[in-house]
Amino acid sequence: MKKYLLPSVKLTVLLLVLLAGIYPLFIAGIAKMAPGKGGGVTVTHNGKVVGYENIGQKFTDDKYFWSRPSAVDYNAAGSGGSNKAPGNPDYLKTVAERTDTFLAHNPDVKKADIPAELVTASASGLDPHLSPAAAYVQIARVAKARGMAPEKLKQLVDANTQAPMLGMFGPSTVNVLKLNVALDELK
Amino acid sequence: MTTEILGVIATYGLTLLLAWPLARYIVKVFKGEKTWSDFMAPMERLFFKISGINPKEEMTWKEHLKALLTINLVWFVYAFFMLMFQDKLPLNPDGNPGQSADLAFNTAISFLVNCNLQHYSGETGMTYLTQLFVLAFLQFVSAATGIAALIVVFKAFKEKTTTKLGNFWDIFLKTNTRILLPFCVIIALILAFNGTPASFDGKDTVVTMQGDTVNVSRGPAAGFVAIKHLGTNGGGWFGVNSSHPLENPNYVTWMTEMVAQVVIPIAMVFALGMFINRRKFAYVIFGVMTIGMICLLIPTMMAEINGNPAIAHMGIQQATGAMEGKEVRFGPAATGYWSTVTTIISTGSVCGFHDSTMPMTGMMELLGMMLNCFYGGCGVGILNYYIFIIIAVFISGLMVGRTPELMGHKLEAREVKIAAIITLLSPFLILAGTALSSWVLAHHPEANWAVKPSAWLNNPGYHGFSEMLYEYTSANANNGSGFEGLGDGNVFWNVSTGFVLILGRYLPIIGPLAIAGIMASKKYIPESAGTLRTDSITFGAMTFAVIVVLTALSYFPALALGPIAEYFSLY
Repeated sequence: MKKYLLPSVKLTVLLLVLLAGIYPLFIAGIAKMAPGKGGGVTVTHNGKVVGYENIGQKFTDDKYFWSRPSAVDYNAAGSGGSNKAPGNPDYLKTVAERTDTFLAHNPDVKKADIPAELVTASASGLDPHLSPAAAYVQIARVAKARGMAPEKLKQLVDANTQAPMLGMFGPSTVNVLKLNVALDELK
Repeated sequence: MTTEILGVIATYGLTLLLAWPLARYIVKVFKGEKTWSDFMAPMERLFFKISGINPKEEMTWKEHLKALLTINLVWFVYAFFMLMFQDKLPLNPDGNPGQSADLAFNTAISFLVNCNLQHYSGETGMTYLTQLFVLAFLQFVSAATGIAALIVVFKAFKEKTTTKLGNFWDIFLKTNTRILLPFCVIIALILAFNGTPASFDGKDTVVTMQGDTVNVSRGPAAGFVAIKHLGTNGGGWFGVNSSHPLENPNYVTWMTEMVAQVVIPIAMVFALGMFINRRKFAYVIFGVMTIGMICLLIPTMMAEINGNPAIAHMGIQQATGAMEGKEVRFGPAATGYWSTVTTIISTGSVCGFHDSTMPMTGMMELLGMMLNCFYGGCGVGILNYYIFIIIAVFISGLMVGRTPELMGHKLEAREVKIAAIITLLSPFLILAGTALSSWVLAHHPEANWAVKPSAWLNNPGYHGFSEMLYEYTSANANNGSGFEGLGDGNVFWNVSTGFVLILGRYLPIIGPLAIAGIMASKKYIPESAGTLRTDSITFGAMTFAVIVVLTALSYFPALALGPIAEYFSLY
């Protein structure tokens, strides 16, 4: 063992410089050219930064499209899912309560038309997206709260829908923050 | 849903397309042939010169092990003290505290052994210094350790009779400089240009549209996420791992991370065939591994796409499948595929929470880790599979009444004993650990630890048992994923999983290396008509049967108490 100890220590120090020092600095340097300069991409509204494009935030007002439920209440200092098992009785009660809340705010919607993602918590607690169906189902409520035509809102949702990658791979998504910014900017 | 399934198929196809040229490249590097990465050679020579290493000095299998274990011990001591005193060291913009002794013990071992079980949350439990200089560093070198051990076995296969199996330092350093580092740079840049943070800025504060003040954790994550996958490590920069929208911002990064984590394990199988000039032998192994993966994958994806029956019962539609603990940008098909791959290859990163997956999926995740040899982790996957080959050769030999032989060397009592001990080790560690934690939970629910045993479980009933079973399975397989609801941040879990981690890592490296070393030193017997062919489909089926029978016998009772019982109570 002794024969190998000194080479081990020396090689470790050299590799620390290369792998933990030079490598991340090199990536940080090149990432200065990336969108957001490697610090995350922000979204601006009325000249003010209102959030990060990829970090979901809490929307509970009737006049905004709601985000998904979050186990950490959209506090992006941390992150977390509920880790509830599919058959956990407490969890199923929470889902039922969320369903009732949603129905109370959206009287035109039938229970069978609520997409599951609107009553289940995301993995990160910071999910910035909805599926198009989960945005459509909220149009009637937002239209009523803002006194706008539902058709106009549907167009807005469609304009903010990101199609699957190359039109073939993965799900379609709607970024809730960008959609709500576009909504506020709509006159 | 069609586009989601297409995405999964395309991702697997892309992995195979990239694995083939990567395998050829790996073989060239370790045969010492000319490659494009030779510009690294002067730096490697400098490293050897400063460290006082002669890279041309050939080593026996015992010398390889001594070198491997010594440098691992150095890393452990270094990591342990860095983590305990991280609060007093620089690069801590968020002011995070030092780790307690038991947590530092667990974290240091966990990253040392390529597992990355995380009993802390990245945003609050680490500093930028320890994330980079301890965790990311260990993610590189632990993957390189596994690959180096495997290359020694390759060399033992290749030679007729030898005790000289190359130089450990040479293989280890080249794995870092020629394989891991260059490809990590490419992956990290793809991530950075898709929105993963790479700068050293600390938390940012924003006021949201509804007027809430929110802090956003950031940091140099892109490079970390690259090696976390390429080295099949799996420890996340952020607490929620690759489900975090900064760690895995969109479908492009999902595909990148997915390909990155499984490309080396698959390439190593192809490289085996090329390196020892027995391509058919490698194809049969690849076939068995792939069939094994598909057997786990299909039930998983079906269960997730069909959704939670308890929620369907409430009258809510699940057009997008089971969505608890999943992200909209990935969906259930992609998350299901990820959960299978991450458990069979010992990465343990997640893009959706396993604790909230359906019981069928939970069982497939557990099985993936219990088998731990379908592709498997960087290097160690094939070492695990090699043990099953030894057992299969031995049993087939008995069945047909021939002396068992592998690669032209007789397989004798000593090698079979080692293989048998390694095979028995996993069930022993997993089942004894789960039994111990169940006993503590039942008899000492109020023990005065940071998390009391009565508060361990996040879910009642069968699923709660699965949470404990999963933790030990993950530790033994050096996987690192978890049923994360488990309150594992106390001295009991930190210490008990710590020991499982060490045994579950080093014995399955020492065993195969010893077997290969001993076999290679024996007299070479040329193949004849009487030799049992190990490159036939029949032998592949035999190995598959051995794997299935051993796993079923070892784990069926535990699985019946956990996910199987949960399945029947839910459906």
